[in-house]
Amino acid sequence: MSFGDFLLNNLRQFWELTGFANAEFGNFVMLAVGLFFIWLAIKKNFEPMLLVPIGFGILIGNVPFNTAAGLEVGIYEEGSVLNILYNGVSAGWYPPLIFLGIGAMTDFSALIANPKLMLIGASAQFGIFGAYMVALLLGFAPDQAGAIAIIGGADGPTAIFLSSKLAPNLMGAIAVSAYSYMALVPVIQPPIMRLLTTKKERVIRMKPARAVSQNEKIIFPIVGMLLTCFVVPSGLPLLGMLFFGNLLRECGVTTRLAKTASNALTDIVTILLGLTVGASTQASQFLTPQTIFIFFLGFMAFIIASTSGVLFVKIFNLVLPKEKKINPLIGNAGVSAVPMSARISNNLGLEYDPSNYLLMHAMGPNVAGVIGSAVAAGVLLGFLV
Amino acid sequence: MKKIFIIAAIALVAGCASLSAQSRKAVRLNEVMVENNSSIIDDYGERHGWIELFNSNFAPVQISSMYLSNDPEQPKMYPVPLGDVNTRIEKRQHVVFFTDGEPNKGTFHTNFVLTPGQENWVGLYDADGSLIDEIIVPATLTANCTFARTSDGEGEWSIRTGEGNNYITPSSANIIKDSNNRVEMFAEIDENGFGMTIMAMCIVFSALLMLCLSFYAIGAIGKRMSRSNKIKSSGADHKDKEVRAATGHDSGEEIAAIVMALHEHFNAHDAENTILTINKVKRAYSPWSSKIYGLREVPTHERNRR
Repeated sequence: MSFGDFLLNNLRQFWELTGFANAEFGNFVMLAVGLFFIWLAIKKNFEPMLLVPIGFGILIGNVPFNTAAGLEVGIYEEGSVLNILYNGVSAGWYPPLIFLGIGAMTDFSALIANPKLMLIGASAQFGIFGAYMVALLLGFAPDQAGAIAIIGGADGPTAIFLSSKLAPNLMGAIAVSAYSYMALVPVIQPPIMRLLTTKKERVIRMKPARAVSQNEKIIFPIVGMLLTCFVVPSGLPLLGMLFFGNLLRECGVTTRLAKTASNALTDIVTILLGLTVGASTQASQFLTPQTIFIFFLGFMAFIIASTSGVLFVKIFNLVLPKEKKINPLIGNAGVSAVPMSARISNNLGLEYDPSNYLLMHAMGPNVAGVIGSAVAAGVLLGFLV
Repeated sequence: MKKIFIIAAIALVAGCASLSAQSRKAVRLNEVMVENNSSIIDDYGERHGWIELFNSNFAPVQISSMYLSNDPEQPKMYPVPLGDVNTRIEKRQHVVFFTDGEPNKGTFHTNFVLTPGQENWVGLYDADGSLIDEIIVPATLTANCTFARTSDGEGEWSIRTGEGNNYITPSSANIIKDSNNRVEMFAEIDENGFGMTIMAMCIVFSALLMLCLSFYAIGAIGKRMSRSNKIKSSGADHKDKEVRAATGHDSGEEIAAIVMALHEHFNAHDAENTILTINKVKRAYSPWSSKIYGLREVPTHERNRR
């Protein structure tokens, strides 16, 4: 072999390894999706903490390469760095860590002061099971339908956790769909809330919540964990970590741990979770007709969840005394997109009465939604695994 | 007092450590063949009777130093050897021991044999000699048939002939599953998902309702306790109805108003230290310690900054 042939051969082999030689149309579609997510996050400020890692993860996951070359760089190639990081998603241990952080940064006072708001959080879970029924209608098997329907819980970590157990093949699409719709909550919910409420209902003023003692705040995570996990032990990883994080926050003697859980740890896991979920959406796995159905079902789930939350408050008001009536604008907050959906309740309330602040009232159903969606995930897991 | 706590903590930790040993208690005798003429062969190409163990845990179990025996009088008949990586049974998996009476052939060859045509007692013991599982294989068990549990690690024992659904399954599950029964059941009986929706929503509602009711109760107890503390601190009679009525819950606004009024009235401030000390911190500049290069600031969009 001449020196010239040697050079040419090596360059040809190198070319075969490059992304240009291995690119397919699907890769470019997914790269465009990734760029769109990054644009949404940076330009429109839609959930940047989630959409930037996911968007960039999509870019990473869709750089084409020759899988037969054994480079061990792809997320689905065992032993690759991305594959090791992806283990937290596939084995389902990132979501409970995120829940630890959520627990450590959530103040449950509004819920403790007004426990009936928990029922709004429960009613919004109808979004999950409404979507489950629609998914069955579209021909999905019950376990796949359950994994898709959990998008209605509006809880990314829960969606990832459940789909990793029930339908690992759909996890990428489910996670991206869940986070996309969570980012779009400000677009999806207000029209539903306006449609389902009267002007009179929108200006209902709720009594300020009573002050909650520290003892109550300490008892809440302990009793909450024991009660919910005794009912649904399959929810232990999520609920256990959520309430543990909250105990760290409220007990007053583990401030450092609570700070780490709510800041550094959550940030680290969010970065890894977002990036690897994004990278798992490789064109070959993601660009299927099923993905379109999943996005459609996710949209349905959000609509049903928001609708059922608002309607439940309206029905609940029929039996409540006049001075204890609940503003139905906080019904949407049962969808556990914390704190976005509570903020929407507040903003919409202020639109109709500039001195009616609903934020703290809406935080009650909002955090109840987190508990409710974790319980719902546990129920689905218990029934379908 | 501290010593008692430390001892209690050590005891607790020791108790937890023994939990790992507890997982060995979940190893089960799963299937036994006494006379083998047509079933599996060992590493030496020979056929012998065999005993299958099943790890019913959802975690791996190390079975070395456990004992197998065919004589209740000699529980420590055959010790499972130490130092063999294959004695670690993965979660919900099986391992087979050949009952050939030739332990020098390897770890999975026992030093006893099972005798055809008579009852064979088989026992599994933990390292400390405590019985974990036992079974009496009936004398009626013929050659190439097994005595096995209906389902792995649980259920009744029955004779399997290898015909029809009566599989003989050395080193594999006693029931061969090719689908998820629960999912199939839901697909068949609950086609439209109403059943799932009703059941699941009932569970979600009842879990949160229980939480709701318990916090009404805890809230009520908390309120009563704070009221009674308040009455006690005011020195009034606990049974005085007027005092009880007056000592309701103080809102944040009320407390703020009282504090403000006191402040105005006495024109005084708490005797707290209000001296603010500002010390100049001087550090030699280095790009390694510069905050500018630390990249700790989260970048925000220009519009948000405004």
